[in-house]
Amino acid sequence: MKWTELVVFAVLFLAVTVMGFVASRWQRGSGLDNLDEWGLGGRRFGSWITWFLVGGDLYTAYTFVAVPALLFSAGALGFYALPYTVVLYPLVFLPVVRLWSVSRVHGYVTPADFVRGRYGSSLLAFLVAITGLVATMPYIALQLVGLEAVLRTMGLNGSGLLGHLPLLVAFVVLAVYTYQSGLRAPALIAFAKDILIYIVILVAVLYLPAKLGGWGSIFGAAQAKFDATPSPADGVLLNANNQLQYITLALGSALALFLYPHSVTGILASRGRNVIKRNMMALPAYSLLLGLLALLGYVAIAAGTKPITNNATGRPDTNTIIPQLFETQFGSLFAGIAFAAIGIGALVPAAIMSIAAANLWTRNVYKEYIRRDASPAQEARQAKLASLVVKFGAVLFVLLIDPQFSIDLQLIGGVIILMTLPAVAIALYTRWLHRWGLVAGWAVGMGYGLYLLYIIPNPANGKLHFGGSALALDKLTVFGWHPFTGSTVQIYVGFVALVVNLLVAVVVTAILRAAKVAEGADETLPGDYHADEGSDRIKPPAGVLTHG
Amino acid sequence: MSESTHESRDQGEGLRFSAWNLLLLVPLLMLVTPWFNSQEPHLFGLPYLYWVQFAFVPVGVICVAVVYVMTRDPNEPVAPGTPSDVDDLDEGNLR
Repeated sequence: MKWTELVVFAVLFLAVTVMGFVASRWQRGSGLDNLDEWGLGGRRFGSWITWFLVGGDLYTAYTFVAVPALLFSAGALGFYALPYTVVLYPLVFLPVVRLWSVSRVHGYVTPADFVRGRYGSSLLAFLVAITGLVATMPYIALQLVGLEAVLRTMGLNGSGLLGHLPLLVAFVVLAVYTYQSGLRAPALIAFAKDILIYIVILVAVLYLPAKLGGWGSIFGAAQAKFDATPSPADGVLLNANNQLQYITLALGSALALFLYPHSVTGILASRGRNVIKRNMMALPAYSLLLGLLALLGYVAIAAGTKPITNNATGRPDTNTIIPQLFETQFGSLFAGIAFAAIGIGALVPAAIMSIAAANLWTRNVYKEYIRRDASPAQEARQAKLASLVVKFGAVLFVLLIDPQFSIDLQLIGGVIILMTLPAVAIALYTRWLHRWGLVAGWAVGMGYGLYLLYIIPNPANGKLHFGGSALALDKLTVFGWHPFTGSTVQIYVGFVALVVNLLVAVVVTAILRAAKVAEGADETLPGDYHADEGSDRIKPPAGVLTHG
Repeated sequence: MSESTHESRDQGEGLRFSAWNLLLLVPLLMLVTPWFNSQEPHLFGLPYLYWVQFAFVPVGVICVAVVYVMTRDPNEPVAPGTPSDVDDLDEGNLR
């Protein structure tokens, strides 16, 4: 047991918990009894809050733990996280402000709300909502894995259910203040989290290389390690087989990120279009940090860091690499701060994700199918309860599934969420794709993507199925036909599934348009996509002003 | 408002295209990894593959910043209750 670290961690965790509860007082509206207030923080976050909130939301504990762990074990491929978060902002810059405007005019809270309004199809909206819910669950679980890696490094490494107890305690606390304060809790905590993270990373990337003989010798050590392994797949450089995987994974992940409900929640909570645009310029500061952090995977190799054996699974857990690096290289006080940074870094996104999932449930399942006449207060109550259920589900996820492969869980979620790209992102620009074409594309893309994930083995742990998201082109089948027989080049499954999805959507749309099948009513108007704060198109957030 | 609304409905999807937006495609060049997948030249001990990708972070920021500044909405947002319509803003921006 490492007492200094534990005490520092506990103090910071407690401070953040207090912030989480205090956050419920930070509001100007009429209380937290409607979804705009509880689930979107009143829809009036300015540039700074949005920067911390979205930054804390997108750059998660997964980032801090799993990406360096991937570089540690696989080499250059893990560095995809940097191009992913660099191409991200230019790609989403324009669509995201359109989404903000149209959501603000029509009071949409979730991406599925938009789809509902745009296509007049409750089925399509339901599919988008369910996809979002299913993709978010493993993502929340991933945050828990990051938190648990830290707890185990500090010595809370029990076996069986007892080993998960600290995690459960941390999560119950999180669940209670999210219930209490809504989106304002993670928004306030994000300040503390991001400042801690910046301090830790900057110290780590300046101090550790100096201590270990500079970046040149760190890369030399990494090269030596990868040369010594029998696997040809790893290395400090990309190779002929994983280069396509690297590119499609970076691009596919970038396309997927703002389809996740929690990213949309962060965007919709902001006050206006310029807030979002400024953030698209400022958020890459986190990308820089992420790239530096990723390199700590190599630093861990040079420092001779060994992953801790997870007593719950009995296997070495590479997710403990970064906590272990901090533990062995820093004094115990600073290690405690670093652990707190990672631990709190898990809480912020977990809170936002559970709120986003709760919004989806409330708006697109509960209100659509269970209680059509739900009042705003009933919506808020339902969402609060749903956020508890979602968090508990994520805990079960962690208890039942091997945390070693947390990154693959998230990659599966990425494949799934990409299937909503035509219905959400393309729909922001054109309504040419027919709603039934979109449904068909979603169904085929989803089925094919899941099938491809199913046939990918993982040699590292002997699993035959769902062993990752890198598919050898050799395995690619179209009704039993293998177009790339013998090729060992790998590609990101999500990318393949998205292409299939789009192809099906286009073909089915062409057929339905020729047959003149009804395409549903569009409640949005072209001008809605450009409305900014202060426009008279925009209704005040629910509960702020009297309707008149 | 209904009249101008119908007008803008006839304008198609209400897209506002600016040639500056094409700058947003520039950062995608960093996905062409075969161009820089090598050790040499090193910079601060980092292999070429790594420091080039770091160099793309400011490239991305600059591209987004230029597009932001050059495609700003020409009019300040109208104050709540002002009769002026957002559609006017839209139409005025079709450059």
